[in-house]
Amino acid sequence: MKLAYWMYVGPAHIGTLRVASSFRNVHAVMHAPLGDDYFMKSMLEREREFTPVSASIVDRHVLARGSQQKVMDHIERQDKQEKPNLIVLTPTCTSSILQEDLKNFVDRAALQTSADVLLADVNHYRLNELQAADKTLYQIIEFYVSKIIRSSRFKEKKTARPSANIIGSMSLGFHNQHDLAELKRLLYDLNIDLNLVIPVGLSVQQIHSISNAWFNFVPYREVGRLTAEYLKDCFSMPFIDIVPIGTSQLNRCIKEIEKVLNSQGANVDYCQYIDEQTRFITQAPWFSRSIDCQNLTGKRAVVFGDSTHSAAITKILANEMSIKVVWSGTYCLYDHDWFRNQVENFCDQVVMSDDYTLIANLIEETQPDAIFGTQMERHIGKRLSIPCGVISSPVHIQNFPLSYRPFVGYEGTNQISDLIYNSFTLGMEDHLLDLFGGHDTKNFSNNSLPLAANCIWSPEALSELKRVPGFVRNKVKKNTEKFAAKNRIDYILVDTIYSAKESFRS
Amino acid sequence: MVFVKQIDSHLQFECETGNYHTFCPISCVSWLYQKLKIVFFLVIGTKTCGYFLQNAMGVMIFAEPRYAMAELQEGDILAQFNDYQELRRLCLQIKNDRQPSVIFWIGTCTTEIIKMDLEGIAPKLEAEIQIPIVVARANGLDYAFTQGEDTVLSALVHRCGKTLKNFVSSPRLIIFGSLPSIVSQQLTSELTRQGINVAGWLPTASYQDLPTICSGDYVVGINPFLSRTATALMRRRKAKLIIAPFPIGPDGTSAWVEKICQVFQKKPSGLLERETSIWHALKGDIDLIKGKSVFFMGDNLLEISLARFLIRCGMVVYEVGIPYMDRRYQKAELDLLVSTCHKMQSMVPRIVEKPDNYNQLGRIQDLQPDLVITGMAHANPLEARGINTKWSVEFTFAPIHGFTNSRDILDLVTRPLKRNGCSAKLSFIA
Repeated sequence: MKLAYWMYVGPAHIGTLRVASSFRNVHAVMHAPLGDDYFMKSMLEREREFTPVSASIVDRHVLARGSQQKVMDHIERQDKQEKPNLIVLTPTCTSSILQEDLKNFVDRAALQTSADVLLADVNHYRLNELQAADKTLYQIIEFYVSKIIRSSRFKEKKTARPSANIIGSMSLGFHNQHDLAELKRLLYDLNIDLNLVIPVGLSVQQIHSISNAWFNFVPYREVGRLTAEYLKDCFSMPFIDIVPIGTSQLNRCIKEIEKVLNSQGANVDYCQYIDEQTRFITQAPWFSRSIDCQNLTGKRAVVFGDSTHSAAITKILANEMSIKVVWSGTYCLYDHDWFRNQVENFCDQVVMSDDYTLIANLIEETQPDAIFGTQMERHIGKRLSIPCGVISSPVHIQNFPLSYRPFVGYEGTNQISDLIYNSFTLGMEDHLLDLFGGHDTKNFSNNSLPLAANCIWSPEALSELKRVPGFVRNKVKKNTEKFAAKNRIDYILVDTIYSAKESFRS
Repeated sequence: MVFVKQIDSHLQFECETGNYHTFCPISCVSWLYQKLKIVFFLVIGTKTCGYFLQNAMGVMIFAEPRYAMAELQEGDILAQFNDYQELRRLCLQIKNDRQPSVIFWIGTCTTEIIKMDLEGIAPKLEAEIQIPIVVARANGLDYAFTQGEDTVLSALVHRCGKTLKNFVSSPRLIIFGSLPSIVSQQLTSELTRQGINVAGWLPTASYQDLPTICSGDYVVGINPFLSRTATALMRRRKAKLIIAPFPIGPDGTSAWVEKICQVFQKKPSGLLERETSIWHALKGDIDLIKGKSVFFMGDNLLEISLARFLIRCGMVVYEVGIPYMDRRYQKAELDLLVSTCHKMQSMVPRIVEKPDNYNQLGRIQDLQPDLVITGMAHANPLEARGINTKWSVEFTFAPIHGFTNSRDILDLVTRPLKRNGCSAKLSFIA
C-alpha cells in the first residue's frame, strides 16, 4: 500500500477512454462498478455531444455469478443504439482483479454486432493513464492496419504531394485543440498536405489511407510513439518526434521534416521560411533580446510537469531566456532516460517524482522566483507566494481556454513568452509593492465593515456571524442590520440573522 | 425491460436497468471531513478511487485535506503483502503527521472483491496504535453517492456511548444526518421554539462529542438517504425512529417539526404562521417556476423530497429518477408527496428506481421538460440541445434544510430559468 494524497496521472482506463472518445463514432464500454464512469470530458472540454462512454455495471450479482451475459448484452445494446464503428471494452481496476475472460466476451459479442469490438489491453496495476493511452491508440491502429494489409485490395501508394499524419492529438490533452490548429497551419505553411489526424476526429474507416502519408509527426512524447514505431516497421514510414515547442526546437523540427521529405525526393528548402518566421512572425527571439528579458537573466525558476512540456519549457527558459533553472522534473517516471537526456544540460538538477509533497518541499527549499508546473504547483506557489505558470496537465477548467492558446508552433512561442514574462513580473510587482509599503488603497478599504452604531450584536450572534463563509459574511451582516433597523430590533440575536435571511428577497 | 408494480392507486414505482451516472459513494469523504474535525479519512482503494476523489473534490483537495488514499499495489492484490502490516504502517504515519482523534477506513470495491477483512483488522490495530478506527464500506458495488454518508454514520452508531436507562428521565431526541453546523443550529432552534430539546446530533463536529443513545430514545433523520443509519439505530440501540418527511422546503420542515411535536405530545405553536411567511417570502421565485416542468434523472436520493417541494411550488414533475428507494424509511415523505400532488391538483410523478440514463434521455427528448436535474455528464450535452439543466450535485452541497434555507433550493432551481431570460435572444445556441 502506498499513502497518496494526490496524483499527477490518472488510472489506465482514463487513458483508454481519452483515446476511444477522441475517435469519431467509437464507443467505449467500461466494465466497472457504479460511479467509475467519472470522466471529465463534458465538463472540461464543454463538450456538446454525449460522451460515447458507458458502463456495464459490476455489482454484487456480478461478484457472485460473474458477468456472464451482461457485458455482451451491453455491448450489443450499444451497437444497436449508437451504431458505432468500433466498441472498445475497457477494463478497470475492479474488473482486472475479477479475472473474467473479457477477451472471450469480446469475441463472442463481435459475432453479434455490426461494430468491431476490441478489448483494451491495459493492465491497471502496471500502466498509468498516459501509457495506456499510447497503448490503446497503437492497439486500435494496429487492429485496422493489419485488417487492411490482410485484405487483398490493399495497395500502398503515397500521395502525390508531400503529406503527413499527426499522431497523438487527443481529448483532454493540455491545450491540444489549439496545438492541433497551430500544427495544421505549420504544415500548410510548409506546403505539406495533412493526411490524417490521429486520433482526434478520426473515423476508423479512414485508417486505410494511413500509409499514404510521407511521414508521421508525433508532437508529444507521451502518446503516439508506439503507433509511429509500428507504422515505421509496417510501412517504413519515417516519423518526426521532436517536440515543436520553443523557437529552437521548432526550427530543428522543421529542418528534420525537410530532411525526411528530401530523402523521398521532395527537394524542399525551409531555410527562408524559418528565417522569416523567426525574425518577423514570432516575437519570442526579439523578446529574448529586449531589455524586459534582460532583466530576467539569472532569475531562478523550477519546472515540473509531463515530460513533453517540462523538457520543452526547461530548454526555453535556459536556452532562450537565460533564466537559471535550478531543477527540472517530471512525473513520467517510466520515461526517465529520455527526460534526463533532454534537460541534463539545461538545469542544475533533474527531479523524478510523482509525490507532490516531495515537490512542494523542494520548491520551498529552492525558493525560486517563479514556478512552471501543473495545477498542483500553482497551489503550492500560492501557499508560498511564488508565482506559477501552468505548463502541463493535470489541469483545471481554466486550462481549457476559449481563446486561441497553442503551446506548439510559432504562435506557441509567443504565448509561452507571455506566460513566462507575466509570471516573473507579477512576482516582482508584488515584491516591490511589499518593499514600498503595499498598495496605497489598503488603508482606505477595510476588509470588514464596521458594525452599525444603532444596533448591538449579541456575543452568540457575533460568533454565528463568524461561522458564515468569509465571502458572504459582509452581505449577511449588512442584510441583518438592515432587517434589524426595519423591524426596530436593537439587540441582534442568532435568530435575527436567520429571520433576516428568511425575509430578504434576493 | 421495465418492471411496473402498482403500489396504490396513486404512486407508481418502476425499476430500470441501473445504467446511470452518479458519484461513487466514497465522495462522502469530501463533505464529511469538513463536518468532522480532527478526524482522518483513509480510503483504501486504487488509483481509480483517487482520481475520482481528486477531480470531484476540485479545489478542496488543495486545502490540506485530512484524507488520503491507501493505494493498493499489485502485491496487495496478490496477497504478497500482509494487510495488517501495511495498514499499520500507514496509520502510524498518519498518527505521526496529523494526530487525528479518529481514523475512518473507507472500504472500496477492491477491498470488497479481495475480501480484505477491514472490520477484523481495525479493532486489533486500534488497540495497538491507540486511535479509534471506524470502518465504513462505501463502495460502488453496493451504493450510490450520498449512501456513502449512510455507511459512515451507521458505522458511527456503534461508537455512540450508552447511558444506563435509569439515568434518563424522559425520552430524548437525537437527530441524525450530517449538516453544516449553521444549518444544524437552525434546525435545533426551530425545535427549541416548540419546547423540544435536542439531546444530540449524529455526527458531531468532534468524535469525542458523539451523543449517547440508549433504548427508548427517539431518533429522526434529516436526509432521505440514511436508511441504514436508521436501521442501525433501531436494531442496535433500540431507539425509536420517528418517520417524518424531511425538513427540505418550508412544507417539509413544517411537517418534520409537526411530526416530532406530535411524538413528544406538544402542540405546535406558530408553525403555520412561520411556514406561511416563508412561502410569502418565496413568492417571487415561485411565480417564475409555476407551471414549469421538471425531470429528475436521479443520482443522489434527495429526489423525492425535492420533487415534493417543487410540486408544492406549482411545478409539474414528470419523472423522479432515484438510485435506491427505501419505501419504509421514506414512507412519510412519499405520503406527503401524494397529498401534495392532490392538493396542487398535479399529476403524481412516476418514480423510477435504478434508472437507465439512455432511456431517460429518450423520454426527455419526448417530454421536452423546462428543467432537467442531472449530473455533469449530461448537463452540457442537454444544454446544447436546448434543454435547461441544473447540476444535481449542487443540491447535496448547498444548505437546503429548514425554513431558512428554502430560498437556496429555489435559487438553484431558478438559476437556469433566470439565465434564459437574458440569453433568449441568443437563439443560435440550441
